[in-house]
Amino acid sequence: LRLICTTTAVQRKNVGASGPEKYTEAFIKKQIEEFNLGKRHLANMMGEDPETFTQEDIDRSIAYLFPSGLFDKQARPMMKHPTEVFPEQRKIQWGEDGRPFHFLFYTGKQSYYSLMHETYEKLLNVQKHQDQLIAQDLSPQKEKRNLAGSRWLTKIELEEMLLEKVSDNDYSRFIQLLEKLVALPCAEVEEQYIQKFSKEVPVQSQKVVIEPLQHDERGVAFSTGEGKRKTATATAVVYDNGTGKITVNGIDILHYFPVLQDREQLLFPFQFLGRIGKHDMVCTVSGGGRSAQAGAIRLASAKALRIFVTEKEVEFMRQAGLLTVDPRVKERKKPGQEGPRRKFTWKKR
Amino acid sequence: AKHTEQHEGRLYNIPLEEVKAVFPHGLPHRFQQQIQTFNEARVMVRKPALELLAYLKGSNFAHPAVRYVIYGERGTGKTMTLCHVVHYCSRQGWLVVHVPDAHLWVKNCKELFQSSYNRDRLDQPLQASVWLKNFKTSNERFLQEIKTQKKYMWGKRESTEEGRPLREVVEQGLARVRSASDAVGVVLRELKQQSHRGSFRLLVAVDGVNALWGQTTLRKEDKSPVSPEELTLVHNLRKMVMNDWNGGAIVTTLSQTGSLFKPSSAYTPQELLGKEGFDTLDPFVPIPVPNYSPREFESCYGYYLERKWLQHEKAHTEDGKAELQFLSGSNPRQLERLAGPL
Repeated sequence: LRLICTTTAVQRKNVGASGPEKYTEAFIKKQIEEFNLGKRHLANMMGEDPETFTQEDIDRSIAYLFPSGLFDKQARPMMKHPTEVFPEQRKIQWGEDGRPFHFLFYTGKQSYYSLMHETYEKLLNVQKHQDQLIAQDLSPQKEKRNLAGSRWLTKIELEEMLLEKVSDNDYSRFIQLLEKLVALPCAEVEEQYIQKFSKEVPVQSQKVVIEPLQHDERGVAFSTGEGKRKTATATAVVYDNGTGKITVNGIDILHYFPVLQDREQLLFPFQFLGRIGKHDMVCTVSGGGRSAQAGAIRLASAKALRIFVTEKEVEFMRQAGLLTVDPRVKERKKPGQEGPRRKFTWKKR
Repeated sequence: AKHTEQHEGRLYNIPLEEVKAVFPHGLPHRFQQQIQTFNEARVMVRKPALELLAYLKGSNFAHPAVRYVIYGERGTGKTMTLCHVVHYCSRQGWLVVHVPDAHLWVKNCKELFQSSYNRDRLDQPLQASVWLKNFKTSNERFLQEIKTQKKYMWGKRESTEEGRPLREVVEQGLARVRSASDAVGVVLRELKQQSHRGSFRLLVAVDGVNALWGQTTLRKEDKSPVSPEELTLVHNLRKMVMNDWNGGAIVTTLSQTGSLFKPSSAYTPQELLGKEGFDTLDPFVPIPVPNYSPREFESCYGYYLERKWLQHEKAHTEDGKAELQFLSGSNPRQLERLAGPL
């Protein structure tokens, strides 16, 4: 899977930092007024209260009024506040007489250097504080910040914040300075300043709930699992204390899957856990073709086996790819081409 | 290499010269390849074969010949069981009429001639001559002893007198390819009549007996389909399979792989024989052949290991064995195909 990671800043090639303004302030103000008016109109149309109409409500109503089947969410019609739509611009940095406002303008990267100066100032502050504490014979507190759950701003985010390009070297220098600041014992004084540059890492969410074992009438423990692969759906019921027999839609696997490859797919979860002859399985499958059905049953049986197995082995299974749904589906045919990728025969004349 | 009947699941050895003598045409193709590779012929002793041998030993030869039909799913070892029985009988000194695959007679025939003996029927000289050749190799000494009882005319000039050894009939058939099918008919009739007297035992072993009653892929010159009765060979063979003679036994196998116009999941006698065949064969003893039992599977696996056929490292472990068992579903053919590339 190719990672297509772009942010709006990179896409727009940091328009905010290049050249004079494309959107004047007056223009932006007008856009904001229009947006607010439009918001009230929309609220009236939907029959809701204009005063308490949030952005979520706007998104919902636009999706209702202009339904679109496009896959890319950003290609669909949207109505957002102009500050989100138009990138932030750098206002003109010099006055009418041509004299720049900021004292570091002629360095070229004025906001970067001003940021470095500020941070160094804070560092000196902290050191002074520390000296004071030592002079008063108080032990400096050493409370470590929780660095595990947070990360520094990335280069792109820093660029967005400063509205000017930051090179790799500059970025690394800045991060080094921040680390140095944080490493000092009395850094809590400047905690607020540091928090501007750190972000929380989202905790690994989506813990899948594992159901407990169910018991049959005869007392045999069993578990169910479902799987999908490319238009084929399968449900598998795995019984304990078995001989390794597998039945698909009432038919033995030797007859249902005459091809060796499909049977290997079915064998894989059991072989991975080393439980080939221990479980019986009864599955139902529909849709798809021969391979797709085999893949669906494989996924379903892996999900069912999770319950019989320790958590570590579940983690191994997940890393082996037994528990992930295969996202590959048939690609759409495009107009002007014969298939999804194949172009028509190219004729020179 | 004696007949160790009590040892189920073990493999016994057949010396190569005997193989050539007894089975000139009987063994399945893959088994012949295996013989070539391992330089020895090893047949597994399995329950159905043991059952059959017990019946044969206990059968009363004064009664009409008992019919046994071996049936089972694809690749479970029916032909091998038949070969085992044939070997046993030839060791015991029976006369064996072994038809390797009756399906070969009802399809893919290049030459069809009108029979001289009977106007309606059609001859197949090629297949008949091939069969005669193999019959000669397998039953050499009997051909000397058995004498004809009637005079047969092979066209205007040649004829065989009464009292001549059967070998002459066979050689006549081989020499004159046109009358080969008639020679086959003569041989079969003689054998049937003489087994009454009890000088020798007769075993009729037919593989793929469902071909005798199904449809054929052959066509006459005017493109009308040929039914099996119109073929001389089939007609004669049907007469053999009827149990109106005594002094022997008839062992047959059903085979789906060669059968025409039948679905691949059919394996019971009723489905494969059709109504006609079933009625004709009617009182018969069915012998089902299942997949390998765990013990048989282990012995087969042990044999492959011993002959160093399984080269993959993992195949030597317990897990490998469990995998093989799972993937092949304990089906002998599947196991053999799986073990091939390993």
